[in-house]
Amino acid sequence: MRAALPLILPVLVFGISFGVVAQPIIGGLAASAMSATIIAGASQIAAVTVLDSGGGAAAAVVAGLLMNARFFPMALAVAPALRGSRLRQLVEVQAAVDASFVLADQGDGTFSRGMLVGSWLPQTAAWVGGTVIGVLLGEVIPDPQELGLDVVLPAFFITLLVRDVRASGTRRTFEVIGLAIAITLALTPVAPAGMPVVAAAAAALLGLRR
Amino acid sequence: MTAVWVTIALLCLGTIAIKAAGPLLMGEHEPRGRWLAVIALLSPALLSSLIVYQTFSGHPDGLVVDARVAGAATAVAGALTRLPMFAVMVLAAGVTAALRALA
Repeated sequence: MRAALPLILPVLVFGISFGVVAQPIIGGLAASAMSATIIAGASQIAAVTVLDSGGGAAAAVVAGLLMNARFFPMALAVAPALRGSRLRQLVEVQAAVDASFVLADQGDGTFSRGMLVGSWLPQTAAWVGGTVIGVLLGEVIPDPQELGLDVVLPAFFITLLVRDVRASGTRRTFEVIGLAIAITLALTPVAPAGMPVVAAAAAALLGLRR
Repeated sequence: MTAVWVTIALLCLGTIAIKAAGPLLMGEHEPRGRWLAVIALLSPALLSSLIVYQTFSGHPDGLVVDARVAGAATAVAGALTRLPMFAVMVLAAGVTAALRALA
């Protein structure tokens, strides 16, 4: 749980931003319910954006699911760390989201189950709590972009990446980072939202080379 | 309004299913050898992609260069000089906000 402290702030800020932005579009109750049930910011924003631009539920669901497709390789990766009954594993694997995935990564291809679940719980509380704060204070909070809040989450990921590279970075790590960045930049102008990140995950396959 | 609640329900179920596929497909398999190297490289691959995506993606799509780039560059500099995580996030937001205020 203690190790999850640094991610409370960025997730809370992101949650507040989502609440402020989503409330006028889908309503405060739906925005809060969305955060409590889907618990994946980027996909929620993608779905709300589609609804806002007049797209139907089907288009919104597809946009959100494409954004969450990156959870598939992540769930495969953490699966061996999960213990207990199959049902329990299916519940625990829901903790495989970006920040808790990186924090639970032990650097050798294995994951800490305790860190995965332990960091997910406070993260989820911050996400849902932040959304509710954003919904309630939306009238008095200025545009989140004016405060630069949209870079808090990437800044958080940058510190995680630098830490990860310092701890276990090799020449291969830098090759993977370079390839992942190139794939993302190449696909972002042409691929549907979220897909560039899924495709970039394939950069990890460089690990198969000797 | 119905479309909103249908979206929430289906997106929730779909997201749960995407993650549930992990243990269901892996079963009792333990990854070995070079696959462990691939899994260890997933974090840097996903993180660097998310950073680039969140810094350059347009609304709703396309590639955009705006004040976020300066914020992200500040964060990289801050992280490399071992500033505390909190300071890195505040500085990045501050630089981005300042640039937008000037624009």
